[in-house]
Amino acid sequence: MGRSIVVDGLSKQYRIGALLHETMLREKLVNLFTLKSLRQRHRYETVWALRDVSFKVDDGEVLGIIGRNGAGKSTLLKILSRITYPTAGKIKVNGRVASLLEVGTGFHDELTGRENVFLNGSILGMTRKEVSSKLDAIVEFAGVEKFMDTPIKRYSSGMRLRLGFAVAAHLDPDILIIDEVLAVGDAGFQRKCLGVMSDLQKGGRTVLFVSHNMAAVENLCSRAIWIDNGLIRADGGTREVIESYMATFAGAQQAVTDFSEIESRRGTGEIRYTGLGILSAVGQPIQVVRSGDPMTLRLHYHATRPIPRPSFGFRLFTELGTLVTETSTWHNGIEIPLVNQGEGSIDIEIISLPLLPARYYLSLWLTGTGNIIYDGLEHCARLDVEVSDMYQSGRGIDGRYGIVFFPQRWNLEGLLPHEDSGFACPSSAGPQWPSKS
Amino acid sequence: MVYRGAFFFVGSGNGGSTRFDMSKYLEIWNYRELFYFLAWRDVKIRFKQTGLGVAWVVIQPLFTMIIFTFLFGRVAKLPSDGTPHPLFYFCGLLPWIYFSTTLTLAGNSLVSNSNLLTKVYFPRLILPASAVLGGALDFAIGSILLLGFIAYYRIPWIWSMLLWPVLLIHLMLLTFGIGMIFAALNVKYRDIKYALPFAVQLWLFVTPVIYPASMIPNRYRPLIACNPMTGIIEAFRYSVSPSKGLDWQLLGVSLLTTLLVLIVGVGYFGKTEKAFADIV
Repeated sequence: MGRSIVVDGLSKQYRIGALLHETMLREKLVNLFTLKSLRQRHRYETVWALRDVSFKVDDGEVLGIIGRNGAGKSTLLKILSRITYPTAGKIKVNGRVASLLEVGTGFHDELTGRENVFLNGSILGMTRKEVSSKLDAIVEFAGVEKFMDTPIKRYSSGMRLRLGFAVAAHLDPDILIIDEVLAVGDAGFQRKCLGVMSDLQKGGRTVLFVSHNMAAVENLCSRAIWIDNGLIRADGGTREVIESYMATFAGAQQAVTDFSEIESRRGTGEIRYTGLGILSAVGQPIQVVRSGDPMTLRLHYHATRPIPRPSFGFRLFTELGTLVTETSTWHNGIEIPLVNQGEGSIDIEIISLPLLPARYYLSLWLTGTGNIIYDGLEHCARLDVEVSDMYQSGRGIDGRYGIVFFPQRWNLEGLLPHEDSGFACPSSAGPQWPSKS
Repeated sequence: MVYRGAFFFVGSGNGGSTRFDMSKYLEIWNYRELFYFLAWRDVKIRFKQTGLGVAWVVIQPLFTMIIFTFLFGRVAKLPSDGTPHPLFYFCGLLPWIYFSTTLTLAGNSLVSNSNLLTKVYFPRLILPASAVLGGALDFAIGSILLLGFIAYYRIPWIWSMLLWPVLLIHLMLLTFGIGMIFAALNVKYRDIKYALPFAVQLWLFVTPVIYPASMIPNRYRPLIACNPMTGIIEAFRYSVSPSKGLDWQLLGVSLLTTLLVLIVGVGYFGKTEKAFADIV
């Protein structure tokens, strides 16, 4: 079996000085006259996005690449796609490579669906002939037959996405490099994407797949690489790599988690989360959270200046990275006019925790008006939900039965019972759950 | 994004290699369809976004010509080498308008397509090149108008009009060369965006569009010859009124300058293009 990709000692250095402010020719000229350039030349701060990364990918292998935001995954994909160049190291790629870092690259609002298919196809490297011969299939895949001659500025975001992916799905490459495309779109669309990828896999194509969706990575990939801080931390079987990756996210669940030491966070930092408390209904810190229990999450923050109209929010993930829910003050229609400078906290009261026993992770975010992100902490706290008797059936319902449970009532009035049976007794005649074990 | 065949490279990311790599330029041939598509896209969008569409291509040189004829011909009484004033100005404006609009488009082509640069691989030269190609359509439409003027002034058809396509190619190569340099500079220095229109505006005054080159005293001739647009515009005017004779000197110097600009452009662009996606 041949090698599709060989990466040897790959490193990439970025100058952050150059990124922080746009260089002006004016400054250069001023510097030239004041002889400043001599002193300033080596003042750029540099950062290594990748350091000495080496790996090989066999033909037909499906490799998942995982890691936190800013770990270097996207840089690696960009180098493999020839968009950016490495500072050091070698790459060898055999075969026709299609790289999909975005769906619908180069789409233009004013052009019709058909025109955009041809333009996007040509940007992705298809010839005009190829696109023509695949046009019917592309249109059918996207499900936009009626709108092919409509400018795509009239398309919904879902239609655009489907059209973009439809073109990409017909590229027919030897090697497919794909970045987080599945993070967008509805469930039906995601299923379609995964279907295309597993078809490619079955057709013996090599796929490199970057995603935060651990379930998708586990499902599709036979092998995974975990990149952390520009280095390869683990390379091996998907399940093991994902598990060791997830294990680093948060230490053991604590009643109060301190965020002041966390460095890998996003946002401007004018207001930051400093800690998270898990409290009981009466406001006492608790160590154990159980399904169906009342619970309060207390988010502690520190603001360096008065912050107008902030939104506090969080995301809850399963251990494999599936988003269970995202909610915030914005979702709840709560408007906070102003948060004063200094320390403070905000409570989220959960009347009954509707999670089945398992390990969950929380990500927190804090945003402002006009798309400002003040703070973003990924997978910063762990939540271990323990078994409880929330159905009051004494059956110990655990994580085998899913992720969530609904508070529910079974109404038996419509049943036609046998005359003799005393079915009204709940402890003996509860619903028979099919056992999976 | 698809690229074909095996590739192999050794990193030299921030520095840029000094070795001339021919395969890089041969590769452009594989991307010729993208080159046409991008030019086609720019033309299509320009016509779709403007209310008058194609009419703009005609209105711009026509109205400028009318104002020039009135202001510089009638009021200021500038000479026109014996050619009727409207024809004289139109012959100057047609290449000039191509040059000024296309140079601005090509100079901004990398920055305005930053979404492509950071998401897809293709030879980066295609972006300024497609801007240069897209503008040629305007030139062709303008030439049809020029044929109308020639008919109106009852100028007999002459072989020198065959010069037009040759001059257009010369003009395109010149615009491509300068456009490449500005496009690459524009990625690195963001004030180029503001400097470029200003530079083009000043350039108009040192180019014989409003006045004939013959008006310039002889001792300044080497200076105006250095401006490659001088030779092109003068040759264009010659093509409709051959009685005054073609100024081979001006055209020759213009050709040499164009060649020089192209070499410098390709060199500078090639040296900087590896960093485009990182800083754009």
